[in-house]
Amino acid sequence: MLETVFSRPDALRDVTTHYCPGCTHGTIHRLIAEVLDELGVRERTVGVAPVGCAVLAYNYFETDFHEASHGRAPAVATGIKRARPDLVVFAYQGDGDLASIGMAEIVHCANRGEKVTVVFVNNAIYGMTGGQMAPTTMPGQVATTCPLGRDVDMAGHPIRVSEMLSTLRTPAFVARASVHTPLLAVNAKEMLRRAFSYQVAGRCFSLVEILSTCPTNWGIPPAEATTWLEKNMLPYYPLGVFKTPERGSREPLPLEG
Amino acid sequence: MTKKLMKGSEAIGEAAVQAGCHLFFGYPITPQNEIPEYMSMRLPQVGGTFVQAESEVAASNMLYGAAGSGERVMTSSSSPGISLMAEAISYLAGAELPVVIVNIMRGGPGLGGILPSQSDYFQATKGTAHGDFRLLVLAPWSVQEAANLVQDAFDLADYYRNPVLILGDGLIGQMMEPVEFADSREPIKVLPPKTWAATGHNGSKPRSVINSLFLDPEELERHNFHLKEKYDRMERDEVRYEAHGLDTDYDVLIVAYGTVARVCLTALEELAEEGVKVAMVRPVSLFPYPSAAVREAAAGAKAVLVVELSMGQMIEDVRLAVGRSKPIHFLNRVGGMLISPDAVIDKIRAIEDGSSEEVRHA
Repeated sequence: MLETVFSRPDALRDVTTHYCPGCTHGTIHRLIAEVLDELGVRERTVGVAPVGCAVLAYNYFETDFHEASHGRAPAVATGIKRARPDLVVFAYQGDGDLASIGMAEIVHCANRGEKVTVVFVNNAIYGMTGGQMAPTTMPGQVATTCPLGRDVDMAGHPIRVSEMLSTLRTPAFVARASVHTPLLAVNAKEMLRRAFSYQVAGRCFSLVEILSTCPTNWGIPPAEATTWLEKNMLPYYPLGVFKTPERGSREPLPLEG
Repeated sequence: MTKKLMKGSEAIGEAAVQAGCHLFFGYPITPQNEIPEYMSMRLPQVGGTFVQAESEVAASNMLYGAAGSGERVMTSSSSPGISLMAEAISYLAGAELPVVIVNIMRGGPGLGGILPSQSDYFQATKGTAHGDFRLLVLAPWSVQEAANLVQDAFDLADYYRNPVLILGDGLIGQMMEPVEFADSREPIKVLPPKTWAATGHNGSKPRSVINSLFLDPEELERHNFHLKEKYDRMERDEVRYEAHGLDTDYDVLIVAYGTVARVCLTALEELAEEGVKVAMVRPVSLFPYPSAAVREAAAGAKAVLVVELSMGQMIEDVRLAVGRSKPIHFLNRVGGMLISPDAVIDKIRAIEDGSSEEVRHA
């Protein structure tokens, strides 16, 4: 008798995504879907898609979905959750969407303690529009709108969203993960599971920042992109749990799991 | 049914609550703060939710999320705030979500002033935001009518799956008048269940995606034609106006909407006592505009007078309706200045004695 040990999660639709080779959006989608399945909440989940590479996320999840205008996913999620507190609501956003045009919405959504989950995919660049500088672009990193590399004197330093949000007094779960190795992907799933569990329990706002590669717009092959992320992003964007509703936000905790 | 003395803003809020709106998202801006303030007090009493958003941008997107869940939801703002909501209103129209938006207009452009104005007529009826869409726009002239229109607006929004805008001015918001609410109220339309709402997908209905993105040009074209068909139905079925003095002879036809029309009615009544014959058409729906009513009424007049608290916005719809068939005159005050009945009377006399200059055609 054969036993199925690996299959497509129910929360993921059986379709081909539009994501580029070497991009980790697909991995992150799958981890979210697995968590929704395992928590048994798929049928009452509503997702919110961003403007950016994940604009078509509503085609990939087997859940109800809202499209949001650029940056406003946390406001849309707030509207859904306030209208229907029984639903499990998550917003899926990239770094341009969340940390640039949508900075006000994410800060105030977190500060109000909306019982929603935000998955924040940070790949240090604008993907959909073709590789422009993002608020998270690394110092010196070349992008189409900083062809000589990000000049921190003119463009400031990359914004560390998880650290910033964890300074808010309102209880929340805030963590940063990565999916560029299998072990870290398992850890990222655990962060997502905790984030959604806090929402399901009606506890707090939750956000998981997940570092991601963008070989297409970084202009390097997928394998090198992983190395580039490790070498350039990990030191500046340390992984870990930054805040839990049980513990305050003063000290970042070491990476768990 | 008892009459209660209420401020316009409070009546608008109470009308929404009684229409089953238990969700309000807003941001402070003068001169409409009494609406969110009333809702922040009233909604918790009925188990509803009030959220003071971080901006009009956020408030309008909360509206979008809540409306997509199938619940009745409202926001209110004033002119600059509506500009900030414009993007979301375009998405609401594109995704065909029913919401009620109240604009208590103030003078502009820019930060402008905080006093009553009708300077957002173009924004409300022609160019709210990007893309090919229309709002259903209703303009009250009294506190009672504001309450009635707000309640009707929720039914119309649900029926057409389209945002409905209540366009008032600072006078409507601030003045106190007796208001009567019916003990019970039937919807003015037969409303189908909101099977399109995104409330979870358990296989009992097709998956719901609230969306205005159509990357396939043929699909977007079909969507645009579908929306147009809806706007055509509004033009056919939802025209509202009030006529005064059309049943007897008249020399001048006034066209005015909102509180300005009340001033004109006072002038009209005073002139009638002197034997000067004036009639008025007051558009209540600004989109769809009562073009046929204006055209037919103008046919019986020697001249048409448009009165507005703007530099001349609704007058364009009057000119489209009347064409060059009758001379059109214009009386306005702006910046928060109001028009007195005497100013209307003087203008009518000037039209009658030939000293008023008609507006020039392009």
